[in-house]
Amino acid sequence: MMSWETVIGLEIHAQLATRSKIFSSAATAYGAAPNAQANLVDLGYPGVLPVLNREAVRMAVKFGLAVGAQISPRSIFARKNYFYPDLPKGYQISQYETPVVGKGQLQILLEDGTLKTIGITRAHLEEDAGKSLHEDFHGLTGIDLNRAGTPLLEIVSEPDMRSAKEAVAYMKKIHTLVRYLEICDGNMQEGSFRCDANVSVRPVGQEKFGTRCEIKNLNSFRYIEKAINYEVARQIEELEAGRKIKQETRLFDPDKGETRSLRSKEEANDYRYFPDPDLLPVVIEKDFIDSVRATLPELPDQKAARYTEKFGLSAYDAGVLTASREMGDYYEAVLAALQARNLEGNEKLAANWVMGELSAALNKDNIEVTQSRIDAKRLAGLLARIADATISGKIAKEVFESMWAENQDADAIIEAKGLKQITDTGAIDKTIDEVMAANPKQLADYRSGKDKLFGFFVGQVMKVTGGKANPAQVNDLLKKKLAG
Amino acid sequence: MSLTRHDVENIAQLARLALTEEQLPVYVDSLSKIFDFVAQLNAADTSTVEPMAHPLADQVQRMRPDEVLDSDQHAKYQRNAPRVEADLYLVPQVIE
Amino acid sequence: MTELHHLTLAQLNEGLRARRFSSVELARHFLGRIERLNPALNALITVTGEQALAQAQRADELLAAGEATSVLAGLPLIHKDIFCTDGVLTTCGSRMLSNFVAPYDATIVERLSQAGVVMLGKANMDEFAMGSSNETSWYGPVKNPWDLKKVPGGSSGGSAAAVAARLAPVATATDTGGSIRQPAALTGLTGFKPTYGRVSRYGMIAFASSLDQAGTLTYTAKDAAMVLRDMAGFDPRDSTSVDTPVPDYLAELDQPLTGLKIGLVKEFFEGGLEESTANLIREALRVYERMGAKLIEVSLPNLPLSVPTYYVVAPAECSSNLSRFDGVRFGYRCENPKNLEDMYKRSRGEGFGAEVKRRIMTGTYVLSAGYYDAYYLRAQKVRRLITDDFARAFQQVDVLMGPTSPTPAFDIGAKVDDPITMYLNDIYTIGANLAGLPAMSVPCGKVTMGDTSLPVGLQIIGPHFAEAKLLNVAHGYQNETLWHRDIPKGYE
Repeated sequence: MMSWETVIGLEIHAQLATRSKIFSSAATAYGAAPNAQANLVDLGYPGVLPVLNREAVRMAVKFGLAVGAQISPRSIFARKNYFYPDLPKGYQISQYETPVVGKGQLQILLEDGTLKTIGITRAHLEEDAGKSLHEDFHGLTGIDLNRAGTPLLEIVSEPDMRSAKEAVAYMKKIHTLVRYLEICDGNMQEGSFRCDANVSVRPVGQEKFGTRCEIKNLNSFRYIEKAINYEVARQIEELEAGRKIKQETRLFDPDKGETRSLRSKEEANDYRYFPDPDLLPVVIEKDFIDSVRATLPELPDQKAARYTEKFGLSAYDAGVLTASREMGDYYEAVLAALQARNLEGNEKLAANWVMGELSAALNKDNIEVTQSRIDAKRLAGLLARIADATISGKIAKEVFESMWAENQDADAIIEAKGLKQITDTGAIDKTIDEVMAANPKQLADYRSGKDKLFGFFVGQVMKVTGGKANPAQVNDLLKKKLAG
Repeated sequence: MSLTRHDVENIAQLARLALTEEQLPVYVDSLSKIFDFVAQLNAADTSTVEPMAHPLADQVQRMRPDEVLDSDQHAKYQRNAPRVEADLYLVPQVIE
Repeated sequence: MTELHHLTLAQLNEGLRARRFSSVELARHFLGRIERLNPALNALITVTGEQALAQAQRADELLAAGEATSVLAGLPLIHKDIFCTDGVLTTCGSRMLSNFVAPYDATIVERLSQAGVVMLGKANMDEFAMGSSNETSWYGPVKNPWDLKKVPGGSSGGSAAAVAARLAPVATATDTGGSIRQPAALTGLTGFKPTYGRVSRYGMIAFASSLDQAGTLTYTAKDAAMVLRDMAGFDPRDSTSVDTPVPDYLAELDQPLTGLKIGLVKEFFEGGLEESTANLIREALRVYERMGAKLIEVSLPNLPLSVPTYYVVAPAECSSNLSRFDGVRFGYRCENPKNLEDMYKRSRGEGFGAEVKRRIMTGTYVLSAGYYDAYYLRAQKVRRLITDDFARAFQQVDVLMGPTSPTPAFDIGAKVDDPITMYLNDIYTIGANLAGLPAMSVPCGKVTMGDTSLPVGLQIIGPHFAEAKLLNVAHGYQNETLWHRDIPKGYE
């Protein structure tokens, strides 16, 4: 039985978050009434001409700098010619031979905790097409051109990924990055972030790549994984049956979990690329690059490194907390609020709560961290009460739930519900005495060597105090008293 | 250079042009003559010449500020459309 | 008695300012001539009488109030039907756009209308500006007022015939390979093509984007200078529009021509030039010598390759520019399409005429896989060789001169079946488009053939942005000669 190696390269399309289109001054906002945002340029009206949006170029450069890529000092827009009803001019303005962003790279974290470098071949600017709506208009298709002309950054990777999981990790990494850079909203349902996957397999040890298939328009991380896994299995099955892989474009059907051959858009794709004579060479000066560089935020990898070095977080935790810019911002806002209360040194506690209770609550309500019902300052208020031993971690969870539901400060809830921890030794002593008196048999057993019953006594004390007794103190005192 | 009928059919397909039976041989003939004519270009020594896409060599692409300047004009723009319904341009079914 | 249609724009402007006549009277006069004379010429596709009178009325009000700043205020004009005009049929001479009402004004339409110009109508033209005889128009051929059996040249044949027949004192036009200069030569007018990038292309329906440039057809160089001042200038909507100030072309007109260095292009006197035309060009050059100019022979060795270069570059660009005509958002759609493919192919097959289809196919082929390097890339390289030839010549001389067209106007139908022969009409004009140079044609005599005599044009080419110099050189000649005052018989 031959063993196979999977080879994957991704072409990610990220819609750039400009206000207006790449070559026209129409709005790019999602969800407008059909064709309300398609102006004369977007419609490809006779006589109109494209003019390049500076912001789109700025965003592309920002991405290039973030992946350590060469920015082309002179790049060219070319026309990709083909007929399709959602492509108004009969050509797409794209970049062919000289893209704005050249070779770059980034690192992904593999499941085994090691890092892998994925090469980025290039990233180029182009315009998005409109949408064909296949609802039935008496057997006709409706065309909405609002999306036509929305700026896209097409990010092309090297064929460096060796499994669907790696492809997803890479896609997520780019997703995180473009949102950090604030160049794409990353909304996959709305199609702002999508990819085509080039998949092939080859016998392990063979250097030459196998014939690849391109799976078009994948717009969720789950679909990417499923589609690639299906496609890999299909290709191996074909090859093992002695058949050849046909280079083609395939579509993923999420309902069936299968890829299927897309009847080729053009019998023979001959796009007849040539330099767009309506646009001149884009010259990017050093000053422009420097001004963009000055706007670069701390990137996720830099931030994660800071978390592990300064806060002592694990690489995994740092990765989770920096997976989105908003999550990192929230976490650091919690730390800042703790610091304002002179409670430094609680970075791990804060990390555990943000990744644990908070993330679970966000997931449950299906909201983003920016919409959290407990803001960073309030969460810090709760953590402060754990840090100063006013409440136990267990009680804190209860308080958290109330805070989430009732929109109140931790202190108000602790006060109202009387959840303050009992740390008065005398009071705890008294309770222990009562518990021992009420359970003479268990006491005798314990003293005759049944150590396991220690837990029973802890439980009884906590029950009587309603969980408010300081657990560490209860442990210490019980040990002494039970010993007699 | 002599184009065949098949060549012209392929070009017409790529350009999405329906040609009639009468037009086809006329194009086979005239396009062949045109490509013979432009073959004169082979006489020039272009080995060290950079291609020229624009007549003004020093001009570079200007970039405009990212501003929205348009309002919804679809009704006006769609007056020229052969077929519109529910503000959408209608075309024969697109099959994916 | 001098009639209104004998007056140049400059004279009409003076008359308006002196209240000798009103803009409304002017508009009525020319609309009357259009109604009477156009049917035989077929120079106009659309006449916008009502709008013209309303515009003229407004211009009169501005003139009366002393608020008309432009010298063009109140003057009538015809636009080539390649320019989009808001709310007015804009056909580009094609069945494809036979129902197309532009929803916006081209930049030059907007600028001229702001200057107070009165649009009388839209001129016939070769379909999508592809032609040299105005025989490819869906609206039928335009006749040359000098001889109705002859073509007026193309593609701006309607503009040229209209101005030559004095249906308007000026018409806009466009020039991709000679489409202003050649019709100017064939109808005895002054045709001016500015430097590429000098006049905005926004709203001018594209044929070949890297070659197209808008200009004028007028009686005189002075009139061209007047109109160009308001047409030219930077347009932020056109990325290829050049952001340099527009000089006052009128101010430079009367500079003396003593010491002017004129380059006689050797290659301009080859390539099928008729002897009678050549003689008239030599005659014109002697006029310049008398004015103190020096003649210097120069060579543009790659110029003979300009026609084949053009017939790769222009079709390549047009094949892509015309892809937007697909029957979806505007323009012609075939009846009862069977499916999407059928809709595309029949809408385009039926909507475009034979020459347009030929050029789309030529362009599709030269850009297609396997042929790009051999044709398109090579043509772009030869284009640079030709451009460099011009640049070298302009190190020695101020302007270049030669014939505009190898022959005077030819018979309608004489060349329609032979595209190569037709393409060679532009042998002297195409070079300026490839290099993006300003160029013009001025009438320099007539050749007599039987009982008709037909005009011949002298071509003047200058370096980039030398518009003022060209107009000065042409104006000097027109001060010494009367050819620009000739009016065809029956149109006096």
